[in-house]
Amino acid sequence: MATKGQTPSQTVGPYFAYGLTPEQYGYRLKSIAHPTVGGLEAGGGPRILVEGRVLDGNGDPIDDAMIEIWQADAQGRYPGTDKAANSAFTGFARCGTGTDKDKRFIFETVKPGAADEGQAPHINVIVFARGLLSHAYTRLYFADEAEANAADPVLARVPETRRGTLIAARHETDRGVVYRFDIHLQGAAETVFFDV
Amino acid sequence: MSDSLSPRDWASHPAYRDPGYKSTGLRGPTQPLVTLPAGIGELSGPRFGKDFVFGDDADLTRNGRVNGEPQGERIIVTGRVMDENGRAVPDTLVEVWQANAAGRYVHSRDQHDAPLDPNFLGAGRCATDADGVYRFLTVKPGAYPWPNHFNAWRPNHIHLSLFGPGFGTRLVTQMYFPGDPLLDLDPIFKATPEPVRTRLVADFDIEVTQEAYALGYRFDIVLRGSAATPMEG
Repeated sequence: MATKGQTPSQTVGPYFAYGLTPEQYGYRLKSIAHPTVGGLEAGGGPRILVEGRVLDGNGDPIDDAMIEIWQADAQGRYPGTDKAANSAFTGFARCGTGTDKDKRFIFETVKPGAADEGQAPHINVIVFARGLLSHAYTRLYFADEAEANAADPVLARVPETRRGTLIAARHETDRGVVYRFDIHLQGAAETVFFDV
Repeated sequence: MSDSLSPRDWASHPAYRDPGYKSTGLRGPTQPLVTLPAGIGELSGPRFGKDFVFGDDADLTRNGRVNGEPQGERIIVTGRVMDENGRAVPDTLVEVWQANAAGRYVHSRDQHDAPLDPNFLGAGRCATDADGVYRFLTVKPGAYPWPNHFNAWRPNHIHLSLFGPGFGTRLVTQMYFPGDPLLDLDPIFKATPEPVRTRLVADFDIEVTQEAYALGYRFDIVLRGSAATPMEG
């Protein structure tokens, strides 16, 4: 029986960067995480880029959002949950949208493997921003995993017409494989957010 | 990693859109959230603890020094991070950032006409100990104007970011100071459901106060916990 009430969430505000993403923005504090997932080489499997924008209700990209990702390694093992995994892989990365000229977040990571319970490979995503009083959870699924996506129990909870908002398109570019994942906070293409 | 996760208690958190806080108008999601039962990806999370507190980062009066002490009233902030059952959350990182004593952020976007302090960065971090207790030293942040509405001022506050045991326990919040007259005028503070707003206000504590050095404030933080009552043993 819970006896303590949860501490309320408050917005990250517009000035998080020198505290949470200092090195990315050039502030003089060491960062605990970067836009490149920690221990990338230990994650196994193919290296990928994940990039996108955070768009407001007018469809304008937001340059003061922060995205965090948390994922399994290429074999589907979340850090800290499987002793067989290489512990150098952190599975975590953080990126603000205020340093790219196109207001993108750009993550460098590995494509995760499927972790459990028949779920398709995916990356767990949190969106923070000025104007977001509570952080928003979403998920990134991969367009080239159509079969696994069709069997995924979480996608099955999402109305069919909105599932596409969670699926990142795959592009082969001169920078390597890029998955594009725009996050729409509102509008006709509003991204599905989860009550985790 | 925890074995289960209690729900986000929406009676304790602000709604995504709040008429008083203008930025939520185009940014707060409008569609109902889709329920996602916690699995391994929500119960597990990155491991950020004391190994990520570098140098003087738990002392904001020191970690930004260039040629002297920062201006302002030194304060100690401490408290216990726990889950909803009152159990300690040990060795978890608490990231903090704030305005300086004059109400100015180091951030390049902050154009408020108040002085920067060359000896104060305003960002740092500390970790909880085995009993869930964290502690950092800083200066009391100033109030500052913001463009939400005419004559809008943010109350004195410190931003805090915590991980807890899993991605699902993530929390970003703000700590306010007791007796601040701006609290009742602040749309961000007031976006929090009225009955629970006091959870965001620290207590002045003479026991935490260090004689002839710094005032002490206590601010306990409750993260989501395990849904089930733990089994003994």
